[in-house]
Order: sequence, then structure tokens, then C-alpha cells
Amino acid sequence: MNVVVCVKQIPDPAAPPALDPGTKNLVREGKLILDDSDSYGVEMALQLADAAGGGEVTLVSMAPGGETSGLRTALAMGAAKAILVSDDVLAGTDALGTAKVLAAAVRRAEPDLVLAATESTDGYTGTTPVQMAELLGLPSITFAKKVEIEGSSVKVQRQTESGYDEVESPLPAVVTVTAGVVEPRYPSFKGIMATKSKSVETLTVADLGIETDQVGAAGSRQQVTEVADAEARTAGEIVVDEGDGAQRIIAFLEQLKVV
Amino acid sequence: MTVETVWVLAEVNDGAPISTSLELLTQARSLATTVEAVTYGDVTAEVAGTLGDYGATTVRNVGDLGGALPGVPVASAMAAAVTAGNGPDAVLFPATYDGRDVAARLSAKLDRPVLTNVVDLVEAEGGLASKHAIFGGSQVLTARFVDEGPALFVVRAKSFPAEPSGGGPAAVESLPVGQLGSSNAARIVDRHVEERSGPKLDEAAVVVSGGRGLGDADQYPLIEELARLLKGAAGASRAIVDAGWVPYSHQVGQTGKTVKPTVYLACGISGATQHLVGMKNSKNIVAVNKDQDAPIFSVADLGIVGDVHKVLPALIEGLKAKG
Ligand SMILES: Cc1cc2nc3c(=O)[nH]c(=O)nc-3n(C[C@H](O)[C@H](O)[C@H](O)COP(=O)(O)OP(=O)(O)OC[C@H]3O[C@@H](n4cnc5c(N)ncnc54)[C@H](O)[C@@H]3O)c2cc1C
Ligand SMILES: Nc1ncnc2c1ncn2[C@@H]1O[C@H](COP(=O)(O)O)[C@@H](O)[C@H]1O
Repeated sequence: MNVVVCVKQIPDPAAPPALDPGTKNLVREGKLILDDSDSYGVEMALQLADAAGGGEVTLVSMAPGGETSGLRTALAMGAAKAILVSDDVLAGTDALGTAKVLAAAVRRAEPDLVLAATESTDGYTGTTPVQMAELLGLPSITFAKKVEIEGSSVKVQRQTESGYDEVESPLPAVVTVTAGVVEPRYPSFKGIMATKSKSVETLTVADLGIETDQVGAAGSRQQVTEVADAEARTAGEIVVDEGDGAQRIIAFLEQLKVV
Repeated sequence: MTVETVWVLAEVNDGAPISTSLELLTQARSLATTVEAVTYGDVTAEVAGTLGDYGATTVRNVGDLGGALPGVPVASAMAAAVTAGNGPDAVLFPATYDGRDVAARLSAKLDRPVLTNVVDLVEAEGGLASKHAIFGGSQVLTARFVDEGPALFVVRAKSFPAEPSGGGPAAVESLPVGQLGSSNAARIVDRHVEERSGPKLDEAAVVVSGGRGLGDADQYPLIEELARLLKGAAGASRAIVDAGWVPYSHQVGQTGKTVKPTVYLACGISGATQHLVGMKNSKNIVAVNKDQDAPIFSVADLGIVGDVHKVLPALIEGLKAKG
């Protein structure tokens, strides 16, 4: 059971985000970290490979500047190896361009199953994994809250508006997992030490045989024309509860004729 | 108007088009000369009637999907029409589980980019421009496509009001799928519907939501009781959904429901940007949080700096006393 997990390395979400005034792209400076959303996919992959009694978990990531910090975190959790695509021409790549890059990298690993998150923390388009599946000619099941392998198929509980659907697909397939699907393990000391000997294969866009006009800002064929402040809500009344908090809420609701 | 034809993906749930699809049809009317709906499954006279009433002249039906997830077959059908030269200038998708899948599949099939998390659509330079709320809704970004081809937009719920146009029933035509191939292999084998009582979360006039500040799963019934007393729906932050206190269907925010009730009552919720985008446009917001610096207070009309374990029981008693 060989599983590929797409993991995005992102700026620390706790740091205040900013847009580059020129390109209007998100500023990505400093060390990147493993997107929390992808730690669930990594954990799920490790558990599935374990349950299948063997196989490897390979990470695939596209990130600027040869960044491996986030990959190291996932390798320390137990992934066997990683493929990193890093290339200056990728600056400004949109979801479809990212999907082209990831698809080409995933293809090299010949997986039985590809996992990704339902959406990334910084981009949150939620389209990248399905675009990738289409490019790979694979079925996809999004919003998985439970994933099991049975022989040569994958069984998924997929979130719906009113509950969940049980969905089955033959392997290989692409599955996106929601947060909370499993409890990601913390890297152990042994795991952290072991990452030193694990391989991170770093590739360029040319290595993957992708034309440069397919990626980057030009490949995205879209343009940010304006960034403006949103209409601010007028400041409300903030009061410290002196035992009268509930009554204040009731008075507010009465005034709105809700009660 | 320069935008000729806009397609709207009409998702049908429980025998009726979902409200986000009706919102998109409403907005499409003011943007394009011709508005058409694309759907799948059984198109009843009632569905065609509703879609027509909201502005679709035609419903293009992909037909029965045979248990397949909509992504591949619906995108194939749309792509076949585009390739044959019968495509629209733009396709609007509701930001739902299936809507996002269809948009992503179509994007890759046509090699067209897609703009997601759209909260507004306007006419610009002969085409359409989309607006996106960023940084928790504090800023609005405008984007547009720079080349030809159908423009693909995935639009968040409640971005537009849904208003009937008084149009007659839409004509139903079939939208045949093209080659499907092995990517269409996923099948729905069973469906589970969670029991629900009271109004729907995204339709309720009052939403009472709880967060990690409740401290423990067994405090959530306070939220449910309050919601019941106010004839509203009970919501949640993602923190307590991930912790398994309540089902995912309760989640409000970026990955959950977008709500716009008359009153939103946030209890023990910090107000992370991903929560705010799902409730910030509520008409009135009341927040209870023991931390006076909690970001939720920046959007609250009434903020109570206090302990949910004191304020909520008192509120429940007070409302009961009013009868
Ligand atoms: C990609 C992505 C998508 C996300 N999507 C969503 C989403 O859709 N919806 C969502 O909600 N979140 C979402 N999040 C998570 C979000 O970032 C926050 O982590 C989450 O909203 C926090 O939930 P919370 O406010 O309940 O918990 P916390 O942030 O832990 O806040 C708890 C609050 O309770 C207060 N408190 C504690 N004790 C008490 C008490 N006794 N009385 C009163 N107040 C008390 C504290 O002061 C604190 O402000 C997403 C995150 C990511 C990365
Ligand atoms: N640059 C990337 N490298 C690796 N995986 C990615 C990348 N971008 C997106 N993904 C995967 O696709 C998911 C959805 O991303 P997004 O479309 O940005 O919401 C992410 O959570 C990742 O699992």
C-alpha cells in the first residue's frame, strides 16, 4: 500500500498575513511550516499503510526556496521520503498550475492512494486535489471523514449537507480528508533523528517536463485588479458582566423583537 | 450587456434547488442576457418551475448519474458543450461539496483557471469580475480572468439575496455526458441523514453557536436549549466539531455553513478569521467571552465580557421566565 500525501508548506498562520503591494500575491517570507490541515493526511496515510501491513508513505510538496521545514515535520511523523518541487518560475502559480505540478510529481511515485486536505489554510481554494485527480485520470472523493482500504478499493464516509454518504472507489484514487478525521501524532525524538537519513528529492519544473507558460503568474490567466478595505462594522457596546449580562442580552433581543 | 450566457449549477436537495443556486440565478439575471441552469438527476415539474421562477430560461439536465459522484459526469457534460461551441461565457457554482468538485473537474478538463471563495460578481470591461473577502473579511480583493473562455466562479452561500423573477417554468433539455473513463469510478453506496429538529442552520432567524470556551462537550446542551427557546438553530466553531462534541453539520465558518441570521449569538468563541467569514454578515451579533480582547468583540453589536457558565444559564432562566 503506497500512499502519496500532498503536503503544503505555508507561512505560520499565527503571523499577520500581508499582500505584496506590487504583485498582490500573499507575501511568503521566512520559514514555512507544515500546514496543519495536511497533518491529518499524513497521519491517515501512516495508519493505512500500517493496517495494510506494509508500503511507504511518500510526501509531495511544491514550495518556494527549496523549503523543507514542513516536510521534515511530516518525515519525523513517519513518512518514508519526499518529493519537493521548487522553482523560481512557480511564483504566482494558481490552483490549476499547482495541480499540474503535483500531478506530475505524484505520477513519479506510482501510488495506490493519494491523500490531500479538503483545503489549505492559506489558499483554501479546495480545488487543487480534484484538479490534480482529473489530470491524473483518477477518481476522487472529497470531504472524507473516515477512510478504509478494502482489498483494491477505498471506502470513504463523505461529509454531506445532511449527514454523510458511504462512497467506494477502486484504487488508485485521490481522497481529501477533513480536519479531525484522525489525531495526528507528534513526531517522536526517534522520528526526528530518523529524518536525517530520509531522502528529499528536489525537482524543477523542467525536470517534470512541464512548460513554464503552464505555471507561474502567466499560467494563472487571472489578475487581481483591486484590494480595498471592507465596509467596517460599526463598533458595538462591550460591557463587563456584573451579573446583569443575561438581562442585557434579553433587552437587546426584545428591542429586535426576537423575543 | 456584454455577457451573453451564464450557466448556474443547480444542485437539488430534498426535491428542491438549494438556496445558494437560487441566489446565483438571481445575480446572474442582472449580469447576463441569458441565464440557464445545469442540473442532474430527476428534473420534476416543480424543480423546473422554481428554476424558471428564479431566472433560468432553460434547464440543461445531465440526467441520472447512476450513483456516481457529480464531479466527473457533470463536468464532462459541461466540457462537451463548451468544446462543441455551445458553452456559456461563465459558469457559477455554489460553494458546496459537489459544486466545488464539478468546478475543479471542469477547470482541469478545459484547462481553464477557476476563481473560488467568491462573495460578489460585477460586470467589468465586458466580462465579469469577482470579489473575495480576505483576511477574515477585513479586506476585499477584486479579480478577473485575462483571457477568453468560460469564466469559472465558485461562489459562497449568501453572497446574494434569492429573489424570484416571476418567470415561467424553465424548458428542460438534456446535456449529454461525453467520454467518462476510469475517473468516474467512485460510487455512492449508502446515504446517512442525521436527525435534525428545528430550523436549518443556514436558514434560521436566530443562530446560537458554542465554542471551546464551553469547556466540555456536556455543556453544549446549553447552546441547544437556548437555540430552542429562541426558535433558532444551534451552531458551533470548528474547534468543537474537530473535538467531536458536535457533528460537522453544525460548523459555522469558512469550511462550514455561512449564516446570515437576524441574531447570531457566539458563546465562548474567540472569533478566528475562518469563523468570522461564516457569520460576519449576520444582522446583529451578540458575543459572550471571558476575554475582553477576543476578536469576536470586533464584530459584536453587543459584547458581554463574562463566563458562559454564568451568563448562559441565567439567559435560559430569564427567557423561560418571560415564557
Ligand atoms: C483551513 C481552516 C479552516 C477553518 N475553518 C473554520 C470554520 O469553518 N469554522 C470555525 O469556527 N473555525 C475554522 N477554523 C478554525 C479557526 O481558525 C479556529 O481555530 C476556531 O474557530 C477556534 O474555535 P473556538 O473559538 O471555539 O476556540 P478558541 O479559539 O480556543 O476560543 C475559545 C474562546 O473561548 C473563550 N472562553 C474560554 N473559557 C470561557 C468561559 N468560561 N466563558 C466565556 N468564554 C470563554 C476564550 O477566551 C476564547 O476566546 C479553520 C481553520 C483553518 C486552518
Ligand atoms: N503547493 C502545494 N504542495 C503540496 N500540496 C498542496 C499544495 N497546494 C495544495 N496542496 C494540497 O491540496 C490541498 C488543498 O489546497 P487548496 O486548493 O489550496 O485549498 C492542500 O491542503 C494540500 O493537501
